[in-house]
Amino acid sequence: MTAIQIDSVEKSYKGFKALKGVSLTIEQGEFFGLLGPNGAGKTTLISCIAGLIRPDVGSVRIHGHDVVKDFRAARMALGVVPQELVFDPFFTVRETLRLQSGYFGLKNNDKWIDEVMENLDLTAKADVNMRALSGGMKRRVLVAQALVHKPPVIVLDEPTAGVDVELRQTLWKFISRLNKEGHTVVLTTHYLEEAQAMCQRVAMLKTGNVVALDSMSQLLRRVSGSSLIVHLKSGALPEGLRSLVAHDEADAHDDASKPNGHGNKYTLRVNEYGEVEHILARLRESGAQIDEMQLQQADLEDIFIQIMEGESQAGVAIR
Amino acid sequence: MNFFSVGFKTLFYKEILRFWKVATQTIAAPIVTSMLYLLIFGHVLEGRVQMLEGVDYTAFLIPGLVMMSVLQNAFANSSSSLIQSKITGNLVFILLPPLSHWEILSAYVTASIVRGLSVGLGVFVITAWFAHLSFTFPLWIIVFALLGAAILGAMGVIAGIWAEKFDQLAAFQNFLIMPATFLAGVFYSIRKLPPFWLAVSHFNPFFYMIDGFRYGFFGKSDVSPWTSLAIVAVFFVVLAGVAINMLRRGYKLRH
Repeated sequence: MTAIQIDSVEKSYKGFKALKGVSLTIEQGEFFGLLGPNGAGKTTLISCIAGLIRPDVGSVRIHGHDVVKDFRAARMALGVVPQELVFDPFFTVRETLRLQSGYFGLKNNDKWIDEVMENLDLTAKADVNMRALSGGMKRRVLVAQALVHKPPVIVLDEPTAGVDVELRQTLWKFISRLNKEGHTVVLTTHYLEEAQAMCQRVAMLKTGNVVALDSMSQLLRRVSGSSLIVHLKSGALPEGLRSLVAHDEADAHDDASKPNGHGNKYTLRVNEYGEVEHILARLRESGAQIDEMQLQQADLEDIFIQIMEGESQAGVAIR
Repeated sequence: MNFFSVGFKTLFYKEILRFWKVATQTIAAPIVTSMLYLLIFGHVLEGRVQMLEGVDYTAFLIPGLVMMSVLQNAFANSSSSLIQSKITGNLVFILLPPLSHWEILSAYVTASIVRGLSVGLGVFVITAWFAHLSFTFPLWIIVFALLGAAILGAMGVIAGIWAEKFDQLAAFQNFLIMPATFLAGVFYSIRKLPPFWLAVSHFNPFFYMIDGFRYGFFGKSDVSPWTSLAIVAVFFVVLAGVAINMLRRGYKLRH
């Protein structure tokens, strides 16, 4: 079942095109990452999904319900944690959550509200006014507000921006549980290690376009960026391998075959794991002896930087 | 529209709770202000002028002050709630749930009616001791109080949505609501005005609200209460229509 269907969405603000025909399909139960630098269009896209912004062109459907024409059903299926740390200063935490429940048509929802508060470590603050809470606690309440109606689709827009480790752990534990129970989760974050750890599939946005869309494992595999770090006990790097030395390290070596401050340590770029065998064979042929060796896989940050710098767009499939 | 939906009732309750939590500012303060008006104008003008035949000036003034309080506070409730929510960003909590345009408008307007009537009742209870008041047609009193509060509640929704800054809302209040209320016959009968200003007053919808409301007390008014009712009812329908259209289009709310 499709949780979110985004078709050719375009949005402009006074001549500036924030979204340039974005299309995405997110299936029910996915943990989906929406990544991109500031100004890429992530929050605009999320606002289109939430019905806070109306696209100029295209449509968004939540569980098959158009967010404009069938907004009631679409919004019932959606819980959104906004990026801004907003709160209503008139109410306590419990009042805030009860009111939010009521807006979604739910009466007598205290059992679930208590469970949400318990899972987000908010129980002790239940009767405290929102003004008296720290930033992290306010962020927890925002998450709780998005979950009061048990939405099958949860959108988290930078949920861990500026919060402590404890909240991150609490939040991810609870969100992972909800995802395992079948809730779809869409996450935007600048903490790429979080996205790598949590998301099964990722879309990267750049200047209003989707520039990468793939599963996390495919993305990590397809993009060149893995490194083989070799520390030679004796011998030098053969001529044929010099071109594989990482750019920044090559600059540091006056001559890749005559190590200087880096000693006999070389970081060689590897596009495919099969190339490792070839490198080892060339080292063996040259008589070099390996002291230590480490294969370092490219992480999401490496891939993100490559894609945003436009280095490897051609090599990244949009699937 | 399901008028008694949980969504509507919750938003209505939230709006009541919001002004009740700061009742000193939202209820007590306007009652004290009206009391001061009564003391000053009543003291200065009592026995010197007569606006309606057989009605003391203080008695004439009290329904005007009550209605002025109802109107100004009904407006203040919806407009200040919306502008605060917009500026602090917490309006998103109303925009994300599946609340319909009708539910949002009716919740804000009914809460404004409650605040307006609460202040009006408070003003009446405090000021009624200063004059002998009759209740000739109580139903007219209720009808005009309800309609007047509903109109200003809807107007507050329009102003709250339109304004992007507090000073824009203050301009709306100070350059439109306040003059229109003060020049609607709160302190005088428009019959006492020169012909030009008498004619101008007939274009002020606030005049019909106050005149009809006062008719309920004394059985005397500047124009027929039925004329006032028709004009006030049409005014309400027009304003509610404008407000609902703004909400439906997401004007300045959903970009």
